[in-house]
Amino acid sequence: MSLLEVRDLHVEFHTRDGVAKAVNGVDCGVEAGETLAVLGESGSGKSVTAQAIMGILDTPPGRITGGEIVFQGRDLLTLPGQERRRIRGAKMAMIFQDALSALNPVLSVGYQLAEMFRVHQGASRKEARAKAVELMERVRIPAARQRVGDYPHQFSGGMRQRIMIAMALALEPDLIIADEPTTALDVTVQAQVMELLADLQREFNMGLILITHDLGVVADVADRIAVMYAGRIVETAPVKELYKAPAHPYTKGLLDSIPRLDQKGGQLDVIRGMPPNLQQIPPGCAYNPRCPMARAVCRRDEPPLYEVSALRASACHFWEEMCDAR
Amino acid sequence: MSEESQRTEQTERREPILEVRDLVKHFPLTQGVLFKRQVGAVKAVDGISFDLYPGETLGIVGESGCGKSTVAKLLMNLEAPTSGTIRYKGEDITKLSGRALKAVRRNIQMVFQDPYTSLNPRMTVGDIIGEPFDIHPEVAPKGDRRRKVQELLDVVGLNPEYVNRYPHQFSGGQRQRIGIARGLALRPEIIVADEPVSALDVSVQAQVVNLMERLQDEFGLSYMFIAHDLSIVRHISDRVGVMYLGKMAEIGSDEEIYEHPTHPYTQALLSAVPVPDPEAEGRRERIVLEGDVPSPANPPSGCRFRTRCWKAEARCAEEVPLLAIPTPFEKAESGVAHPSACHFAEERAAVVAA
Repeated sequence: MSLLEVRDLHVEFHTRDGVAKAVNGVDCGVEAGETLAVLGESGSGKSVTAQAIMGILDTPPGRITGGEIVFQGRDLLTLPGQERRRIRGAKMAMIFQDALSALNPVLSVGYQLAEMFRVHQGASRKEARAKAVELMERVRIPAARQRVGDYPHQFSGGMRQRIMIAMALALEPDLIIADEPTTALDVTVQAQVMELLADLQREFNMGLILITHDLGVVADVADRIAVMYAGRIVETAPVKELYKAPAHPYTKGLLDSIPRLDQKGGQLDVIRGMPPNLQQIPPGCAYNPRCPMARAVCRRDEPPLYEVSALRASACHFWEEMCDAR
Repeated sequence: MSEESQRTEQTERREPILEVRDLVKHFPLTQGVLFKRQVGAVKAVDGISFDLYPGETLGIVGESGCGKSTVAKLLMNLEAPTSGTIRYKGEDITKLSGRALKAVRRNIQMVFQDPYTSLNPRMTVGDIIGEPFDIHPEVAPKGDRRRKVQELLDVVGLNPEYVNRYPHQFSGGQRQRIGIARGLALRPEIIVADEPVSALDVSVQAQVVNLMERLQDEFGLSYMFIAHDLSIVRHISDRVGVMYLGKMAEIGSDEEIYEHPTHPYTQALLSAVPVPDPEAEGRRERIVLEGDVPSPANPPSGCRFRTRCWKAEARCAEEVPLLAIPTPFEKAESGVAHPSACHFAEERAAVVAA
């Protein structure tokens, strides 16, 4: 049994200007100890998918209009609110992008960490405090005992992100969702935080969903990648295969458009145009207006997720051509 | 490659358009409300020197807080330096004021990081791009402005009919193009771009970088390209300077910095950049630095990087390393012979995967 299985998830946002279809039939899953990277640009629906799984979607304006999210054998979407709350935080936890705005500025980090134990486990203040210090040590914050009473603004960006990780780990969850955990950090600090996250995942054998737009970060830590575009997963593959031979033109476009550290090039290959407006997703394949391979069928029929091999899938009518071209 | 070496030869022969010498900017830290006492200073930029040649791109990389944005502000004369000189075509612009300053400013323009906050939401695109003409009316006579603005929109790849639209009607990439059009309006010689693509998505980022390269060739611009993304900087730059805590750690051509870095900070920085290729990633040796960047209000003595450096010895705490070609490499033929501010500069294999 998979740890988490998302089937045919649909999320819409009802706004004054109309309905934005943010997630349009996402299927994905994570096993214990596995890292799934969800890759996509802004507006691709990756964060909304994460929020739906976590159960922190703003409703309204958001609405889950279809699908199921099966976590440890139970469909979260049909659970009553109280049960859902018991899972959230304890069994699955989330790490947010911007630690400064995710932490409460008027409470000490020690208090915020201890709160996890007091609310979920009914621990006493003293016990909870001791556990908070332990957690801070575990995420390698120097002088944890002295710093437990400090406030978020007294920590550096990297340290704040460690506190976020500590908070997510507090109750030893089975699944962690990290939404752009290192985007706001400098490269040297990013390397520290990713290393820490990977170590802890191995130690606790957790499932990790890593949401990011950075193809470099993903290459290093993920087992499997799901590429999202306009609310759909357009390609899934084990990490090495995806980089070596992308089976969807969007993935190929993304890989070609990033400058490489080890290469000095002239012109960068670009993806023409812009990501689609989610209120008016083009008919057929959502990527067709930007796709160099687009033909008549792409403008008419939405491609299903074709099975490329046992572990790979691509939502392109011409995935075979993509694979042959290599 | 031959084209490139030709280019560097050319730049060597030419006079620099911008000469920065021992530039220092300290922001005072004060205490007290009525009688402000200075209790210290944030040493944002602490003695850096470099040249910018006509038609070249100088990339400046560094982590947040290293002073790279302050350098940009100093070049734009938005901040007055504590000491040091910035010579534009031989004239020290830090001493200028009034009309002379205005004339120089026309030639040095800036493109900002965040296309969402750097465009006034209440002005139309035409007004935003045309505003520089109000300040420098000699560039475009009044009747001619609309046409000029439309030309500029066309140059940066936007539909000239959009002059009456507002910034919120554009996507991030389009807004950054508007920012670039505004920077180009006065036909400057130098553009200082402070993290121009950091806020953009990968696919759009490439479009903007290509646009900037095209414009450089078309108008013969010199760029100061400031960014924290080392891959982008390598892509666009002819020369690269690496900053750490207000000092230049290492400077050289893109090949010297990326293929033959000799400063440990540069090596660590390069090794920390994730490469989008799992196989190359496996072959690389990663240096993970300990701790955070120290506070620029209280930088370490001697070499500023010593608190995070694995090579640090007693000498590093006492003696500030000078930015010069390290003695053992002075006669070296390969790319190692470039200025590096480290007492123990040496090459290290496998920093960047080949």
